[in-house]
Amino acid sequence: MAESAVAQESLTPEPGSSLMRDAWRRLRKNHLAMVSLVFLLCLVLLALLTPWIAPYEYQEQNLLLGASPPSSDHWLGTDTLGRDQFTRILYGSRISLMVGFIATAVALLIGVLWGATAGYLGGRVDNAMMRFVDVLYGLPFAVFIILLTVIFGSSLLLLFLVIGAVEWLTMARIVRGQVLTVRRQEYIEAAVAMGLSSWRIIRRHVIPNAVGPIIVYTTLTIPSVILLESFLSFLGLGIQPPQSSWGSLISAGVENMELYPWLLIYPALTLSVTLFALNFLGDGLRDALDPRASKD
Amino acid sequence: MGRYLLKRLALAIPVLLAVVTITFFMVRLAPGGPFDMERNVPAEVTANLNAQYNLDAPLWRQYVDYLGDLARGDFGPSFRYASRSVNEMIGAGFPITLELGLYAILFALLVGMPAGILASLRPNSAQDYVPMSAAMIGICLPSFVLGPMLILVFGIWLGWLPVSGWGINPGDKVLPAITLGSTYAAYIARITRGGMLDILSQDFIRTARAKGLSTWRIVRVHALRGGVAPVVSFLGPALAGLLAGSFVVETIFQIPGLGRFYIQAAFNRDYTMILGTTVFLSALIILFNLLADVVLVWLNPQLRKNL
Repeated sequence: MAESAVAQESLTPEPGSSLMRDAWRRLRKNHLAMVSLVFLLCLVLLALLTPWIAPYEYQEQNLLLGASPPSSDHWLGTDTLGRDQFTRILYGSRISLMVGFIATAVALLIGVLWGATAGYLGGRVDNAMMRFVDVLYGLPFAVFIILLTVIFGSSLLLLFLVIGAVEWLTMARIVRGQVLTVRRQEYIEAAVAMGLSSWRIIRRHVIPNAVGPIIVYTTLTIPSVILLESFLSFLGLGIQPPQSSWGSLISAGVENMELYPWLLIYPALTLSVTLFALNFLGDGLRDALDPRASKD
Repeated sequence: MGRYLLKRLALAIPVLLAVVTITFFMVRLAPGGPFDMERNVPAEVTANLNAQYNLDAPLWRQYVDYLGDLARGDFGPSFRYASRSVNEMIGAGFPITLELGLYAILFALLVGMPAGILASLRPNSAQDYVPMSAAMIGICLPSFVLGPMLILVFGIWLGWLPVSGWGINPGDKVLPAITLGSTYAAYIARITRGGMLDILSQDFIRTARAKGLSTWRIVRVHALRGGVAPVVSFLGPALAGLLAGSFVVETIFQIPGLGRFYIQAAFNRDYTMILGTTVFLSALIILFNLLADVVLVWLNPQLRKNL
């Protein structure tokens, strides 16, 4: 599929037959992935607009009201300090999504640089670099993340760096594998034989053909990063009050779940549905971008 | 085989040493001492404490002493609890964490492998979609959502099972083990399905089918050994995840295991406890990855040739 797309491209140099266009056409047929995509776009939009659309302030307390079940004033109820749950989930989305995107970007940056260098240089350097990744794979990272939050205190910046520093390993492996495979392809050889410049080969042939799995894995990294942040915040080592993330909201919900189950259920539902959507979208992208998948 | 084991061990030791070194210096260089308190303490008291915990020696000396203690299996005293050593706390907490982890992985294997095998026998049928959709849910639902939900439903609303403790009330180990194991059950189901599909499409399986063997016999005698190899290589890294997951599960269910001690130590800034536990868990996981690789080689004779 990839080869034929490239071949076609050189025959009829119109953008209509590019890999991305094909992938998008296939993705559109996957209803689950499209529903997930729409959901995620809405969520991102809500998170971006939160300061203007949130019905209350996230730290605004109403001690007289206390914990109240969902009502017309407070759609998802209020917590024990009378803070509006809907508002707090909205603000939580901002933090959780921000950590998800930025830490994934950090992981992407390190992983792509490391993997591409190893794959491109090959030989002994490649061997040493990938052995290093193998070694890191075997270490208990949750333990180290907790250690780092203890030493440096928990700040958003640290969360980005620490989580990104943990999640780059698989990315590096995938990128290296892609670079190795693509470099050996015949169409690269053909391009070299035709006398194209290295930059043009990399831009027109290596990157478009290596980028599929990277996009897929990036989509799948975001939920695991969000999960990691929630895990830390749940344990009280991540986002500190009065700020809220989904993890800290769930943690507060667990404390009060016997009396006020809605404090647990809504944040837990928000987190779970988001994780579902990201995973479905990632799977959909894999089907859409994997050239082998188009055979059946 | 013996040489392979030795080679792996030789690689594991420098890795462990690197972990110890990096962790030691990170903890020592962290801002704020372990004896920082709200009120002012006389200088002599601080000096005494520092002397007692060997903190007045130069940093390199402390490091060498710590390595020496480690070599003898001594993790040192706890900074927070004067009367307890880190060894005692690991000794008290680890058996519980290990037991929880074993039940969880047992649950994961018992649920995940049959589900994966069933799914692989009829790909793209209901027999495939139902368990794989369930696996998707299992992977997406984090333990700190699943655990409280299980408590809410089975502990509080239905009242069938105890909601906290470990070995106190009958049945109090069920919910923690399921909470911790479900994600792994889901991964194992997916991995088993993938591994079995690879094997089932090979020529020797077609030969076995042509001989008229029953599906069950083909699975049991011919396909299973190769099909579950990916599951075995998953078990090493899974242990790392299990231990990390046990932080959450032990916190939710109030289980006095190593994970809960570690979180408490993190809040108390009990540096020796954090240092000791990190080193201990790293050593354990490096060892388990090694064992998983050895079992993998034993399962697959083809790998044995390339050693």
